[in-house]
Amino acid sequence: MSEKFAVGFDGSDAAKRALEFAIGRAKAQGGSVVLIHVLEWSPYSFLTPSELEERHKRRQEELDRAETALMKPVLKEIKDSGVSVETIIKYGHIADTLNEVAGANGATQIVIGRNGHSNLSSRVFGSVAGSLVQTSSVPCTIVP
Amino acid sequence: MNSMFNRAAVAAAALSFASAPAFAQSIDQKINDAFAGSTGWFVSFIFSPFPGTSFPWIVAWLVIAATVFTLYFGLIQLKGFSHAISLVKGDYSDPNDAGEVSHFQALATALSGTVGLGNIAGVAVAISIGGPGATFWMILAGLMGMASKFTECTLGVKYRNEYPDGTVSGGPMYYLTKGFAERGLPGGKILAVMFSVFCILGALGGGNMFQANQAHAQITNVVGDYPGVITGVIFAVVVFAVIVGGLKSIARVTEKVVPFMAIVYVVTALVILAINFDKIGWAFGQIFEGAFTGLGVAGGMVGALIQGFKRAAFSSEAGVGFAAIAHSAVRTKEPITEGYVSLLEPFIDTVVICTMTALVIIITGQLMIDPATGNYLLNEAGSAIATVDGNGGVALTSAAFSSAFGGFKYILALAVILFAFSTMISWSYYGLKAWTFLFGESNGSQLFFKVLFCVFVVIGASASLGPVIDFSDAAIFAMAVVNVFGLYFLMPIVKRELQGYLDRLKSGEIKKFGTPAE
Repeated sequence: MSEKFAVGFDGSDAAKRALEFAIGRAKAQGGSVVLIHVLEWSPYSFLTPSELEERHKRRQEELDRAETALMKPVLKEIKDSGVSVETIIKYGHIADTLNEVAGANGATQIVIGRNGHSNLSSRVFGSVAGSLVQTSSVPCTIVP
Repeated sequence: MNSMFNRAAVAAAALSFASAPAFAQSIDQKINDAFAGSTGWFVSFIFSPFPGTSFPWIVAWLVIAATVFTLYFGLIQLKGFSHAISLVKGDYSDPNDAGEVSHFQALATALSGTVGLGNIAGVAVAISIGGPGATFWMILAGLMGMASKFTECTLGVKYRNEYPDGTVSGGPMYYLTKGFAERGLPGGKILAVMFSVFCILGALGGGNMFQANQAHAQITNVVGDYPGVITGVIFAVVVFAVIVGGLKSIARVTEKVVPFMAIVYVVTALVILAINFDKIGWAFGQIFEGAFTGLGVAGGMVGALIQGFKRAAFSSEAGVGFAAIAHSAVRTKEPITEGYVSLLEPFIDTVVICTMTALVIIITGQLMIDPATGNYLLNEAGSAIATVDGNGGVALTSAAFSSAFGGFKYILALAVILFAFSTMISWSYYGLKAWTFLFGESNGSQLFFKVLFCVFVVIGASASLGPVIDFSDAAIFAMAVVNVFGLYFLMPIVKRELQGYLDRLKSGEIKKFGTPAE
């Protein structure tokens, strides 16, 4: 069975390093890459009435923007490198959603970048990498 | 001419209030008199009693409606309660729809338009006029009202307009028009127009003037008396900045702080009840006894009943139709699911929050009791129960909470200002929806309504409690006349939706999704 690397991608430098790492591995082992972008979202947040009215429209705009501004530019590079790739954009809690989507798409590994917070804020609020390591159902690689 | 004079005077008063408070006070009085004079006929029509009794026909209208819906849908508020909780938790939401408006969000937004001063000030008014017994009738009406809300919110989602750009608009004006047309009934359009007219009046009254008025009362309670026009102008400027200037950040902050304040309010009430746990039995005794005897209040049992029903209707707005506007934005394939979720709205608003206010006022002994008879003492005018410090409205609630926690009046003042503000923002939106339904979506017509809305903030803060509370009640009940009339004709549609949904729920066609997304 060939490896399928789920890459959590948000366009940051760390995410790009994670993507490069995954591409390198996929090439060497003949695997593929699933590029996943999660838009932070809680169904329990509070919105004003006019935000409710426009939510469906805004969601479509946000998805389109993620597709064109985030995914498109790197998609070409990956394809040029000869690794097969698919993209998924989802709403939700970042770590949980990454884990779910990776599982649902048969990924055998999750690769994410390290965002470099080691200070108070990640102690208080936690970090994506931290929660993913705790909950991931497949091996998880964090690229510094 | 007259309005120009008033506007100039308001501006002058705002600038020079420190040096000329007496002048500003007389402006308050003028606005007040003009207001009472021009709206009195409307108020007396809506609240006119059945001939030979003191029972207003409008109260009977709402109670009968809530009873009909309760029976027609087979006690849906009891049977559907746990399913409603399940829906709000997202158990039945498709994870692929994440990022759309969830049931929770629709409910929370609708609630932030309902939970407001009615829960704090309105209950105090009801208790001081109708006695503790009003609480019993308020809870009963709140429970029954859940069925009315279920009916109107299901229809709100079913007949909403979805525009090509992805935005949605819903509410009674849409279901009255489309629902009547679908059933082949005439007159839907006329009802929709009538509803919209009353909706605009209600938005300007209960959603605006009452809020500004009580916010001012609360501020003076903390910082001392000063002319209402000043509060009015300040509020109007901030509201203007949000609804005309598009300052969404203010609205967003309020939306987030309001639920927090509501929780603080309920928790504080629970703590006060816990401290006085030995009196809880007595308080419920007063509520039950007062419900059937009145315990000496003006109008006896009927007086208590009218006050309780009025407050429940005004606070939860069940049957009024407003809530259907906010609820209709939810993303769901099943309109009935939002009906279920909306059941919780009168429950949280009336059965939980209003009852907390009532219990705290009763338990902290704010109402004066004649030791000889055990009945409540009336004030000099004989219109309401005498209170320890002569307080009424929001000041009474404030006194009740402060008697347990001295500093609470500052927290309450902040809560009242925020509740008032978020309610105004919500209702400016509801009123605008009715306005554009009548006058079109053009920018000019929208701007006109928004400016008008701000002007009414100033009027509301200046008028004294009586005329404002009467007018806002009357406008809101007038909406209920039209809405409930329409609901009777449309309820078979809701029944069909309910039956179809329950069948599919039973057959397993509709089932919970594995694990709800966090």
